[in-house]
Amino acid sequence: MDKLKSETTALPSLPALPGAWFDRKGLVQIGLLALLFLAPLAAHLLGHIYYVNLASRITLIAMAAVGLNLAIGYGGMVSFGHAAYFGLGGYIAGISAYHAFDYSLFISWPLAIPGSDSMLVIWLAAILLCGLLALAIGAISLRTTGVYFIMITLAFAQMMYYFANSWPTYGGEDGLPIYIRNSLPLVDTGQPWTFFLIAFSGLLLAMAITSRMMKSRFGAALTMARLNDTRLATAGISPYPIRLVAFVISAMITGLAGALYADLNGFISPTMLSWHMSGELMVIVILGGVGRLYGPLAGAILFVMMETLLGGMTEYWKLFLGLVLLLVVLFAKHGVMGWLAGRERHV
Amino acid sequence: MLTVTDIQTFYGPSQALFGVNLSVKAGELVALMGRNGMGKTTTIRSIFGLTPARSGSIEFEAKDLRRLPAYRIAQAGLGLVPEGRRCFPNLSVRENLVVTARPGYWSLAGVEDLFPRLAERRYQMASTLSGGEQQMLAIGRALMTNPRLLVLDEATEGLAPVIRKEIWSAIRRLKKEGQSTLIVDKSLSELLPLADECVILEKGRTAWAGQPDALDDDIRDRYLGV
Repeated sequence: MDKLKSETTALPSLPALPGAWFDRKGLVQIGLLALLFLAPLAAHLLGHIYYVNLASRITLIAMAAVGLNLAIGYGGMVSFGHAAYFGLGGYIAGISAYHAFDYSLFISWPLAIPGSDSMLVIWLAAILLCGLLALAIGAISLRTTGVYFIMITLAFAQMMYYFANSWPTYGGEDGLPIYIRNSLPLVDTGQPWTFFLIAFSGLLLAMAITSRMMKSRFGAALTMARLNDTRLATAGISPYPIRLVAFVISAMITGLAGALYADLNGFISPTMLSWHMSGELMVIVILGGVGRLYGPLAGAILFVMMETLLGGMTEYWKLFLGLVLLLVVLFAKHGVMGWLAGRERHV
Repeated sequence: MLTVTDIQTFYGPSQALFGVNLSVKAGELVALMGRNGMGKTTTIRSIFGLTPARSGSIEFEAKDLRRLPAYRIAQAGLGLVPEGRRCFPNLSVRENLVVTARPGYWSLAGVEDLFPRLAERRYQMASTLSGGEQQMLAIGRALMTNPRLLVLDEATEGLAPVIRKEIWSAIRRLKKEGQSTLIVDKSLSELLPLADECVILEKGRTAWAGQPDALDDDIRDRYLGV
């Protein structure tokens, strides 16, 4: 036994965290961020506003998918209803701007709540309300698992969709325009490049929060709950509240992305709440690589580029999207990120 | 501290336990024995609420465990080392140990002192450990929750003799430090000298209980097949 011990101590121990920035994975990640930042910068300098807005679109879709990835990839909670948070965030931006535009009140009783065209107020409201909605939906849905969880999250999102569809005050089926983009102090949010920088900061923040969280004890417990919840329970930790907290944070991120997305488009409609939207976000997460920090970014770039390039050629572009998704699921199980950057330890 | 009285447990319609009785007193090491399929693991699953007993009672320090969810049972002071090296493969050794830790006698340093190999492998993924190291990690993980009663299910099964020895010496040390333990194991030569009490299961019932010295060849032959 002593001999064996001396043999094992002779082995070199691994460093604390392989935090290399310039290994294959690090390079791919830096490359993706650089691509997302430099391409619209070039477009901005050359005066092609369309491409700056396209990059903002990619960024915000990616940010919404970062939120969903936290639920699906890290938490193992396959939510088919994240459009509810994306759309609610959007409607908060839209409704708030609507009331700010004509100086009316959102609610007059029990306390008067006016609209606001300040992004800071809208963001805060989007985060809080999406968190509350997710708390209610998650508290019920997380009592189920598997296909029932998928269906119950879908059902809640569809309730939101039909509600928005049939509420005439805010445009119902036709949606609601945001005539003037909501504002921030000191900067002109109407400038495409400025707005891109805001969106890009949002994406970085969402990714930083995810990364920080997954390195914490809470993140490890979430991974444990995904891998084996009975094993976690027999160590004295109930998986339910851990999942619920992760679900709520996930919804907050997606909701904030939705609020920004509405401002980008200057328009909000029930489409943002529909199950197609949930499905698109899910496709992006799967394309990019489930449970990968940069997966949603890679997935969103691929998705929006296909939509733009192929969609310009044929209205049947989703056929090609389907083929790509099929190829990814069959041959690159860890998505684009797994294919470009190799396997991740947590997946 | 733990008293299991006449529990009956079912897997769906088929009954697995027909009346198991056992008790563990503070500081004792109790061996739960029996041939394969006699209900040892089911008994443990029932104690931990993973396959809840349909009747009978399970009391731990005057607290009724029978209707509690698994995490509450663990919080009450029971620690499980499940059968078959159950770690979390995609987390590091340290994460495995620290995440479910609760304050008490056992700390990371204490566990790393008990199993120095875990200290060496601190930042490795659990999936890259050898079977024996994973077993040590599973025991360490349970100790970090600072259980008043540790339950080991087949902790040395299928391991190399050298590793087995290391684990048994750790169990001996735990016993010396006064850790109450309920243990299922097949290697009688190591288990019996340590045990204060033995409980033998036969077809889902407690068939025999007593001190290890009273376990004569006749009983061994009849219930354990050795």
